[in-house]
Amino acid sequence: MIPISWYLVLSLFLFVIGAFGFIARRNVIIMLMCIEIMLNAVNISLVALGKGLQHTAAHVLVFFVIAVAAGEAAIGLALVVLLFKKTREVHMDEFRTLKG
Amino acid sequence: MEGLLPKLVFVYLGIALVATSLLVVTNKNAVHAVLWMLVMFLHQAVLFIMLDAEFLAAVQIIVYAGAVLVLFLFVVYMINLRTELRINNFTVVWPGALLVSVALLLLSVQAIKTFKPAPPVGDMTTEKIIKVGHAKLLGKALFTEHVLSFEAVGVLLLVAVLGAVVLTRRIRLKGEGV
Repeated sequence: MIPISWYLVLSLFLFVIGAFGFIARRNVIIMLMCIEIMLNAVNISLVALGKGLQHTAAHVLVFFVIAVAAGEAAIGLALVVLLFKKTREVHMDEFRTLKG
Repeated sequence: MEGLLPKLVFVYLGIALVATSLLVVTNKNAVHAVLWMLVMFLHQAVLFIMLDAEFLAAVQIIVYAGAVLVLFLFVVYMINLRTELRINNFTVVWPGALLVSVALLLLSVQAIKTFKPAPPVGDMTTEKIIKVGHAKLLGKALFTEHVLSFEAVGVLLLVAVLGAVVLTRRIRLKGEGV
């Protein structure tokens, strides 16, 4: 039987890696992927806590998080395509102004 | 020796998850990053099976590996990223980002050092999952207790689909033929 705190530490590591990538990467597609990594880290901790509590609420929450992540990826990537069509650029630090 | 095998599997999964996510973050090639992310999601599905959440493992593979990553791959193919291989792909602030991330990690590990799991409150025990099935238990909770949230998520996904279509459709000017 693996203690719950091991899962929490693992999920913390994944979350920190995702957060680092989100801040440090220039490419907006990789930044979106880092958001997915962070959401997955939270999912791991939720499933582990749900097992510890033996309650379905945490697992239902994971289900909703996966649905929201799918919607977020669809909208985010549509915005990336739009940005690329407009400016031929996907590096976030090149956007000095958001006005047109 | 009974408890050793799960621990070994967990350690392998943990190392694989951290390594693949580091590869996703540091990879210059976006296609490679997406493929490493696929490996990461498959390992995470195994982790969910270890936690007796087999339905969530299936959803993880179907939704993430099947739908979301294909979406990412399509967008990576649509956008020419050949220059990405030559240029610097971290911002100038990356040492600061590293510092913040490590500080976050250290502080949070300190915070959960004294973590004590709460006593079980529900009835979703391992025996019941084996007897009834995880999908059935989850479905029952989803369609009785959380049915309103379920419908809200349905509307959210519809809005996401419509938003993606509306955002990326070609804007035609008035004089242009259809």
